[in-house]
Amino acid sequence: MDARFSDEENAFRAEVRAFLQQAWTPELAARVDDDDSYPQAIGEWQRRLFERGWVAPGWPRQHGGCEWTPTQRYLYELERSAIGAPEVPPFGIKMVGPVIIQFGNAAQQARFLPRILRAQDWWCQGYSEPGAGSDLASLKTRAERAGDHYIVNGQKIWTTYAQHADWMFCLVRTDHAARRQDGISFLLIDMKTPGIRVQPIVSIDGVHSLNEVFFDNVRVPVDNLVGEQDRGWTYAKSLLAHERTAIAGVGDSKRRLRRLRQLAQRETCGGKPLAEDPILQARLADIEIELMALETMELRALFEASKGKGPGPESSLLKIKGSEVQQAIQAVMMELAGLYGAVLPGGLDAQAIGHDFGDEARRAYMYGRAATIYGGSNEVQKNITAKAVLGL
Amino acid sequence: MNFDLSEDDAALQDSVARWVQQRYPFDARRKLAAQAPGFSAAHWREMAELGWLALPFDEAHGGLGGGPLATALMLEQLGKGLVLEPYLPNLLLFGRLLQRAAAPHQALLPALIEGRLQGALAWQERHSRHELADVQTTLRPAGAGLVLDGEKVLVANGAAAEQLVVSARSAGGRFDTAGLSLVRIDATAPGVERTPLQLMDGQWVAHFRFRNVAVAPEQLLCAPGEGFALLQQTVHEAMLALCAEAFGVMQLLQASTLEYVKTRNQFGVTIGSFQALQHRLVDMYTALEQTRALLVRAVCSAEDRSADALRDLLALKVMVGKAGRLIGGEAVQMHGGMGMTDELVVGHGMKRLMVIDTSFGNAEVQRARFAALPA
Repeated sequence: MDARFSDEENAFRAEVRAFLQQAWTPELAARVDDDDSYPQAIGEWQRRLFERGWVAPGWPRQHGGCEWTPTQRYLYELERSAIGAPEVPPFGIKMVGPVIIQFGNAAQQARFLPRILRAQDWWCQGYSEPGAGSDLASLKTRAERAGDHYIVNGQKIWTTYAQHADWMFCLVRTDHAARRQDGISFLLIDMKTPGIRVQPIVSIDGVHSLNEVFFDNVRVPVDNLVGEQDRGWTYAKSLLAHERTAIAGVGDSKRRLRRLRQLAQRETCGGKPLAEDPILQARLADIEIELMALETMELRALFEASKGKGPGPESSLLKIKGSEVQQAIQAVMMELAGLYGAVLPGGLDAQAIGHDFGDEARRAYMYGRAATIYGGSNEVQKNITAKAVLGL
Repeated sequence: MNFDLSEDDAALQDSVARWVQQRYPFDARRKLAAQAPGFSAAHWREMAELGWLALPFDEAHGGLGGGPLATALMLEQLGKGLVLEPYLPNLLLFGRLLQRAAAPHQALLPALIEGRLQGALAWQERHSRHELADVQTTLRPAGAGLVLDGEKVLVANGAAAEQLVVSARSAGGRFDTAGLSLVRIDATAPGVERTPLQLMDGQWVAHFRFRNVAVAPEQLLCAPGEGFALLQQTVHEAMLALCAEAFGVMQLLQASTLEYVKTRNQFGVTIGSFQALQHRLVDMYTALEQTRALLVRAVCSAEDRSADALRDLLALKVMVGKAGRLIGGEAVQMHGGMGMTDELVVGHGMKRLMVIDTSFGNAEVQRARFAALPA
């Protein structure tokens, strides 16, 4: 048994680090951090990765991917998160891209994949509906065939960045089959089509990233159906498995824990650094130990993947523990910020209040609530584990 | 990176698992535990014949040179049967200390490997809790030799031990690591008084009093006053093996609880069909998998002699304490009234996990040590 990386893997890691250090500039970081400039700046970041050939780690080479091994992908993620560079928006590269590659036709691949790689199209995900959250298969948005078009009517919700999106990959009901999962299709919808209305939802972090999307007799060419009609559930499920493989977020949590320790050194109470409080020390130790366990769980999953096994039921545990660790870190950061973390931006700048991380802490905490909800809520993950692993 | 077992390691794991299954039905265990020394001499001979007692010793002393991984695999399987034979106290504490000691002490290793010698490490005192250095037993010069005075408590394998290694202070203040000596004495030497006691997990320990016990200089394991490093290193290795045992006990409890909830009927359905229990069973399973991950991690870094080895070990011991409390408690709870009976293995597994948690310092102690490590 050996948990170490090989010499080749370490060399790859050094190569990744060297590139990131040069490509991830403070100037770009500042623009990515700003909500207003984010869409443009993140696209620019994606194009830098594209030019290096590293934008689609999991895609096959013939479609412009790097065909990295699971271990290489993990090492890239470690280095990316260590330096604080963002993930590129997952909707194109991680989500719809693999589905088009696996189930789409040649024309769809030629039309969409090059534009996804270069961040020329923004994509959003049309899955959840007001009545279909964890129970996604109960979705009601319907698409009726009329000649060479589908006519789409209904509503999607929690659609991240729909306000920027050029395209949506969307689950729609095309048949009322006996098994609810059997009548669902996977459609690609141009967001500029008449009849689509996007309505913002401001989330508890004070940010507008979520939306409701309404469809009123939206005409979608039949050419935009991926795979076979009524088989979309299968395609979406394969995508969810992709989504879960990286969800533990070990690297990002490590960086945030380091940041937490720095803040605890800097912040004082009664003239002493908060870091000297034994109760805080114990909490940080608990978080770090959970993170160490998570890291090795992920490495073991990676090792199984390197033997050619797909993500198994252990991906549910990675999702559960990964999101719990993220929230534990966010909770401690919010406590370190104290009441200063409650101040909304506007009146005075953060320095004048005395703390410059209150806004960061509050937004991370509030947005972080989503981690135990999305991607199949943690309760759903427990249902899956009880059934698939424990045989209950 | 490779998390698969080698053929040899997998074969060892299988043969120990089979032996435990054959020799350790729960009723047999209860009979063995009932009377001191609380284990079977016949079992111990079998383990010697199978070569298992040679596993943790160097080839130079007739051992098999098994490292942290092989030892952990052994203890994990023993844990699954709540095996009572004193593998850890006799071999991993007493024996591995002898291996690190001067040549005359190493000369006893063949007897240990052949199953002909029972030994114990007497380190704990009534005031010391988990602190290895908090030693008031004294070792003082007397004429050409030395004399040992004091008291040791809760000595694992103390009831069966023919020989003891005793930590004693020959210099320094009560908590100093410097000034600690290690001596090997006969458990029946004049001035040694032994009282056997049983712990809640079934094991028999002993309380020792030493009154003017004469010790010759050759009985020192290493230079006088320099025993602490030896002691600590040996205890850390044994802690890793103890955590592997805990992982085995956890698997036992998880498996029997799962089996129970799938067969126990109430309200016309199996209780395992209730979501409230399913989610808690997943929490148990998660704790088990977290323990597995940290065990793998600590074993790998011990095998590599990595600079992170101590950090990984402490993290593991914290998790073993926390996960053990969760799994032990939930196993009893989900067995309902049956979980309360002494006739079921479940409560015994819970008690073994509680004893393991508190041995060498519980989760809270190890967490404080972990937090104090340089980042």
